[in-house]
Amino acid sequence: MYDFSYSRASSSDEAISKHGASDDARYLAGGMTLIPVLKQRLDQPSDVVDLGDLEDLRGITEDSGAIVVKAMTTHHQVHSSELVKSRIPALADLAGTIGDPMVRNRGTIGGSLANNDPAASYPSAVLALNATINTDKRSIPADEFFTGMFDTALEEGELIVAVSFPIPEQAGYKHFPNPASRYPIVGSFVAKTSDGVRVAITGAGACAYRQTEFEEAWADGNLDPDKIKDIKISDEGLNSDIHASAEYRAHLINVMTRRAIG
Amino acid sequence: MSYSVKMTVNGKEVTGEVEGRTLLVQFLREHLGLTGTHVGCDTSQCGACTIHMNGRAVKSCALLATHCEGQDILTIEGLADGDTLHPMQEAFREHHALQCGFCTPGMVMSAIGIVDDNPDPSHDEIRHALEGNICRCTGYHNIVLAIEAAAQEMNK
Repeated sequence: MYDFSYSRASSSDEAISKHGASDDARYLAGGMTLIPVLKQRLDQPSDVVDLGDLEDLRGITEDSGAIVVKAMTTHHQVHSSELVKSRIPALADLAGTIGDPMVRNRGTIGGSLANNDPAASYPSAVLALNATINTDKRSIPADEFFTGMFDTALEEGELIVAVSFPIPEQAGYKHFPNPASRYPIVGSFVAKTSDGVRVAITGAGACAYRQTEFEEAWADGNLDPDKIKDIKISDEGLNSDIHASAEYRAHLINVMTRRAIG
Repeated sequence: MSYSVKMTVNGKEVTGEVEGRTLLVQFLREHLGLTGTHVGCDTSQCGACTIHMNGRAVKSCALLATHCEGQDILTIEGLADGDTLHPMQEAFREHHALQCGFCTPGMVMSAIGIVDDNPDPSHDEIRHALEGNICRCTGYHNIVLAIEAAAQEMNK
């Protein structure tokens, strides 16, 4: 790993100001992506601003029909939260599928969303549940947040503070994990809310996206797997690599979506 | 650039001078001489470097030493009480839950984390919870038996 200047922040304001004062800074949340990336010399920031002391960015609350997960909350905390398990059990289930127990003790929801790995699990939940990403500057709707591979609507130095998930009437998540990395080869999150049915896919494309063919088939709110069984998903533009071909991923999108609500 | 760090390791306060990029596992092994914590893959997949930070199992090859300022670290060296092994270490010995032994420190630290979260785990739950630890001798069967036995002992 190339060396860098390290500093820690005692408040969000201090973190943002330290980031702003640097030529090329990175925020360090749980480090489960950033540290391996630095070790492989895929990135060479001049400064790392550690968010580990920001206790005000940890915690899960319920607020007017939504579950609010603060940015530095770990996957383990989401997975084991009685509040999340009772209001959005699919979200608790999803958090329990990320990485392994040691990764879940460190990795954070804010870090996962800011990184926007094509195979990250959380983006599918954020999109399907129509969550809002709250930053130090503004509130970003899920549909506008994920803009491409490892790319988001976040501006330079903008800090995710919390994610607000509307509580759905029904939701489910299922992924087909890569047997080595446990990352989803394809994951599908299905949510039924008062606004309708939303289906989001991760692992298959450049970043998580909504599979509108399924949403239309389920527009009446009856999540019957048979209604989407015969919908063929095109493999055009899907990821194709040593783990799975685009054709295989296209097939998995349908299977995982049916299993998500099964 | 050099940074002073201070943390608690196995109940004792320790200090050191590290670079920004120094990993916790390097600090433990190379600065403190605590070589029981192993570096297997150095890509946060194999779990040989697992230690506890503030009571939670984490991979010390994916943590900066500077980040651990003021934190409470427990390594494999801190488990035994004199000549008396921790129940998890004793169960690994009793059940011959190792072959070459390279993964063992990480396995033991993860295993204690598993029982802390789930005091009475089934075989299936143990196997699932061990997904972050790789044994290249593939000796998982006795490891699972050891964790099951240690859980009963730790619950007494």
